[in-house]
Amino acid sequence: MAAPLTLLLIVAVTIRAVLFRSSLAELISARVEVVSPLNAWKRVVEGLALLDLGVSPYSGDVFHETPLMIYLFHFTVDYAEIVFIVSAYFFRKQKYALESDRYSADCLELLRSPKEMFYIPLKVAMFYLLNPFTILSCVAKSTCGLNNAIIALFIFCTLKGSALLSGILLALATYQSIYPLTLFAPALLFFLQRLYIPVNLRRSSFWFFTLQYAFMYVGSLVVITGLSFFLLGSWDFIPSVYGFIFSVPDLTPNIGLFWYFFAEMFEHFRLFFSCVFQFNVFFYTIPLSIKLKEHPVFLIFMQIAIISIFKSYPTVGDVALYMAFLPAWSHLYRFLRNIFLVSCVLLACSALFPVLWHLWIYAGSANSNFYYAITLLFNFGQVKVFTTTWLTNCEWKNRWRNKVSLFINLY
Amino acid sequence: MGLLSDPSRRKVLTGLLTRLNTPICIVCYLAGIVWFMGLAFEPFTLRTYMSENAMGSTMVLLRGAIMMLVCFCSGMPVEWLVKAMQSRGLEVFTQSFSRKLPFPDENKERYMVRGTNVYGILRAPRAPRTEALVISAPCSPGDSNNQAVGLLLALAQYFRNQVYWAKDIIFLVNEHDLMGTQAWLEAYHHTNITGMEYSPLQGRAGSIQAALSLELSSDVITSLDLILEGLNGQLPNLDLANLFYAFCQKLGVLCTIQGKLQRNDWDTAEGYTHAAQTMMLMVLKQACGRSWGDHGLFLRYHIEAASVRGINSFRHYKTDAATIGRLLEGMVRKLNNLLERLHQSYFFYLLPSLSRFVSIGCYMLAFGLLVVILLLRALDLWVHLGAPALAAPSGPGVLTVLTPVVISHLTGVALYLLPVHLQEMAVEHFPVSETEAVVLTAVAIYTAGLALPHNTQRLLSGEGTEQGWKVLKLTALLYLAVLLGCTALINFSLGFILAVTLVPITASMTPHMPKALSALVMVLLSPAFTVLYCVFIYQELIEAPVSVSEGWMLFLSVISQGILDHALYGSLVYPLLALFIYPCWLMFWNILFWS
Repeated sequence: MAAPLTLLLIVAVTIRAVLFRSSLAELISARVEVVSPLNAWKRVVEGLALLDLGVSPYSGDVFHETPLMIYLFHFTVDYAEIVFIVSAYFFRKQKYALESDRYSADCLELLRSPKEMFYIPLKVAMFYLLNPFTILSCVAKSTCGLNNAIIALFIFCTLKGSALLSGILLALATYQSIYPLTLFAPALLFFLQRLYIPVNLRRSSFWFFTLQYAFMYVGSLVVITGLSFFLLGSWDFIPSVYGFIFSVPDLTPNIGLFWYFFAEMFEHFRLFFSCVFQFNVFFYTIPLSIKLKEHPVFLIFMQIAIISIFKSYPTVGDVALYMAFLPAWSHLYRFLRNIFLVSCVLLACSALFPVLWHLWIYAGSANSNFYYAITLLFNFGQVKVFTTTWLTNCEWKNRWRNKVSLFINLY
Repeated sequence: MGLLSDPSRRKVLTGLLTRLNTPICIVCYLAGIVWFMGLAFEPFTLRTYMSENAMGSTMVLLRGAIMMLVCFCSGMPVEWLVKAMQSRGLEVFTQSFSRKLPFPDENKERYMVRGTNVYGILRAPRAPRTEALVISAPCSPGDSNNQAVGLLLALAQYFRNQVYWAKDIIFLVNEHDLMGTQAWLEAYHHTNITGMEYSPLQGRAGSIQAALSLELSSDVITSLDLILEGLNGQLPNLDLANLFYAFCQKLGVLCTIQGKLQRNDWDTAEGYTHAAQTMMLMVLKQACGRSWGDHGLFLRYHIEAASVRGINSFRHYKTDAATIGRLLEGMVRKLNNLLERLHQSYFFYLLPSLSRFVSIGCYMLAFGLLVVILLLRALDLWVHLGAPALAAPSGPGVLTVLTPVVISHLTGVALYLLPVHLQEMAVEHFPVSETEAVVLTAVAIYTAGLALPHNTQRLLSGEGTEQGWKVLKLTALLYLAVLLGCTALINFSLGFILAVTLVPITASMTPHMPKALSALVMVLLSPAFTVLYCVFIYQELIEAPVSVSEGWMLFLSVISQGILDHALYGSLVYPLLALFIYPCWLMFWNILFWS
């Protein structure tokens, strides 16, 4: 396992290094599908410059990163490329570790051979490192890669069973962009399952553990926020980062659903629509948690997918995050319907994004409707992947139950 | 989606698909071709109409009374032009530019190009100077366009005396036609996309709304030809063509498109053939991606532009210069009244004649029918493969598919980079000129790619299973479908012509077909031969048929023009063919020789 993994790592690092040095790096950093106002490298550089001048980096509405991020880059700005490659490596390492960990709990002899299971971590690493979306995101130096690394570390710590570390990392991920807040529920469910505490609202053990975990999480969040306050000496970052994410003032086209709607609606209704759109991201946590009580890891995957589709400024780096998890559920492939059509749709949309952008912005022959049509189709494809995986999981569970009950009845 | 999620109905559907795959593909192909040819049939087209309200309702009284000046410019009399424009009350500026071509251009016999553009700005008397219109006349060495320059100066003098101008009018006389226009436009918009060296512009007007380019070679004009095709197949807004046609009809000037006059007998065979020929000429001109008039470079900056060429075809009825002046005055006045850029009418269309057009909604279906064949074939392969492609990405399976893909693309990169970079080496070792060296290197690399499958399979040992070629074909079909789709969106004609020749061979290619015959058919329908056929068809359509050897020389010059256009103006046809279409075709060539 070590040899193919090392080879994979070398190939991935080589591709990124080559692209960093070529003239394509400039082109990629300007693409709207790859960078968003939240994680563009140009804005980080702008923020750093303002910080060096002694001005608050949040003045001027250009910089929307968190203070910890700016201090991280303050010290490593010359080695930025290395930081991004290292974060990709970390991510891969976490994924690899978590995959080899996950299946000790679920025995799936009926539906999957051990040989396949052996290859899963490698597949997950390959799906992430060699995914063109991640390569583009890394070459564009979008901080999305760092966010992905934090989420991967969080998942790793959760699976390893360390509640404190998991709480701290989840707080860090939430601090970066609010949406990982929804990952609190699956992490909690995983720990409860691991500690054999039944999810019963009347049991005191349930509440005891929940409060413990919540305390660790909220405590770390308060500490990190307080640290940011002391680093910069003001609360400026809260409206600039979190207010920006929630109120969506920047309507640069991206692969998300927000920009077109918000560009064409009247100011009068803006608050209502932003509430509805943001609510959409958080709403699915409750029904999904109830349904997927026994499968918290799958729930994590579902939540990440929902965040990537419905967040206010998605980029292809977010899409790559949940796509990398797909091989972990390779036992579902046999039942995946329409996967060919959906993959063709996603592939065609990825190719059509730059074409229609060119036709709209440069040639002037198209307009925003063309680009938004492709955005809609892309998100439709993603939702189809999400629902197909979900339905297949339900079907697989039913078959599994039937087979197990058959097995038991035989004896 | 009950049809697709219900397993039994799904089985029926997929069974139907696999059984009827070949007949459906053949029907789709024939339907696509017939639909395309039927686009020229008049009842299927729409009559052109003015969409822009600002241009339709204004009354334009044309007064004419222009004095024609005949000027003899051999080379570019910069000082004379500057004085002439200044005496007409324009603000005159010059711009010098220079460019070293990657290899000598044998058609125009130039290698190191240096020139000067002269332009005069007529400032709008009362309006704020936020917008501008451009009238340009390329001044080539010799007296091939002296009448246009004369007309330009006469128009300038006439326009100076009018008070209704709301936009600044720039009268541009550019040297070395497309290169001069490129230098001027790049300087105007502060970009440098083609590596040209130019001096910055001293004077500027606002953002350019529209441009007209005039080419008049003689003082006796019988008809005016409208040229619309621009760089990369981009077309100006149809309203510009409608405007021109409306004025020609009003003033009784004969106007042609693709050099052909309109006919009224659409229900006869000759009438239909005439319209079909006009449309095919437009498709061929659009597909080659070069700018067929100076206006073509304006389109890239979102400036609607068209070229007007005066033709002397020795007819009985001659148009005098005053009428042409009135026509241009009318057009410029209408453009002057625009409140915003032309955007109401179509940007994607085909013109079987000046009064009839085919919009994108009609012609895209022909292309869609061709691409659907590729998707049906891919679906068929997917069903046969039993959907394991996602489950086994690691192991030897991926390597067998990855190797031909990587090698094909490396060959494409070699075809793109090597001809220009190796020209000095080629000139040292062989007795050829630089241009010939570049073109012949390209042809040599293209032919060398045909030998690849045999060599790569000697390198890889133990590969080549039934499943391997199917996975490769699935990947290649999807890749080709996405590629052709993206090409057709930007340049429909190029996408359609490539689809017509590539789709039949790629959809039907398997390693089990008779090798010699299939290899011959594949080579005869490869991208290079497609270009060759297009050259012959184009010569036939412009009624100047060529023999085989002349056609071959023309083909070679087309290749060199393609490479030059890419280097000088940023045309995308050559990189597309070399970096994407040719590797795709090579992947299918690999499948044919899969052992």
